[in-house]
Amino acid sequence: MATLMVPENLVYERPRSFTDAPTHYCPGCTHGVAHRLIAEVLDEMGLAERTIGVAPVGCAVFAYNYFDTDFVEAAHGRAPAMATGIKRVLPDSIVFTYQGDGDLASIGMGEIVHAAARGENITVFFINNANYGMTGGQMAPTTLPGMKTTSSPDGRDVETQGYPIRMAEMLATLDGAAYVVRRSLHDPANIRKAKKAIRIAFEVQDRKLGFSMVELLSTCPSNWNLSPVESLKWLEEHMIPFFPLGDYKVAPAVAELKI
Amino acid sequence: MPAKGWIQVNDLYCKGCELCVAACPPKVLALNMERLTPKGYHPVHIVKDGCTGCAICALVCPDAAITVYREVTKAAVPVAAGG
Repeated sequence: MATLMVPENLVYERPRSFTDAPTHYCPGCTHGVAHRLIAEVLDEMGLAERTIGVAPVGCAVFAYNYFDTDFVEAAHGRAPAMATGIKRVLPDSIVFTYQGDGDLASIGMGEIVHAAARGENITVFFINNANYGMTGGQMAPTTLPGMKTTSSPDGRDVETQGYPIRMAEMLATLDGAAYVVRRSLHDPANIRKAKKAIRIAFEVQDRKLGFSMVELLSTCPSNWNLSPVESLKWLEEHMIPFFPLGDYKVAPAVAELKI
Repeated sequence: MPAKGWIQVNDLYCKGCELCVAACPPKVLALNMERLTPKGYHPVHIVKDGCTGCAICALVCPDAAITVYREVTKAAVPVAAGG
């Protein structure tokens, strides 16, 4: 089989926009898939040289170790504010934030809403795994009703703990947002759709069309107490009915894009 | 005759999560229980003939650990993974 492993037979290899560092994510965590798709799109569009990422606080806090692009680390939840500053000072750069549900939908709710309302020309990747992964699986604003977490051991009671927040739908109501969609990472077909959405989001920014956000439903096998494969099934059966996949805001100028 | 493919798994990255094992259409992947990676995981490997080089394993791999090859036949056009 060694004869097969020659460059002309190559179908897929690790993206060039990745560093050589192995990720610290738990086995089977789809954070890695999201990272990989972003790196693949940066490769395809040739953007890595002028890209500046903004890392969050949360599981993805070490994202700057994995992308071979410029990167900064924001205070908890403040990634969209930091990205705003960078983008305004360096308008020709490509600025993206990569945030989890604790960072974006909880402590950083104000920053993300106002960045979208101002129509900042940045791209936001929002990883929704329905809990706080890094700190041990506590209840997040995205935790499903009745879902057990370490801080809602009897299941989320909406009477006392409120209802989950659907970020994509909420940001889509803002006039400043140009492209807001939700995708999932639970099977090959959906991963391909997610990659396409990431591509469009970067194209929106590159063409200065406004704020773009891709929400990605992701798994958390360690904190859901499921195997990686079972987690994919759980995501499909429980998260997608509550967080429907789809395009929530596609501005007319974005709809005309031919990619 | 289906295309002939092959994968290379990088021990530095593979965490033995088995997402590729579950996703592989011809079901030719399994964990190698006789080996451990430097991180202490059993890495994935091909256990039988039938790999077509479709790159679905690489598409679902969270750690970009898999490199995929496919034998180029006369009429073949390059296939890009990920679409």
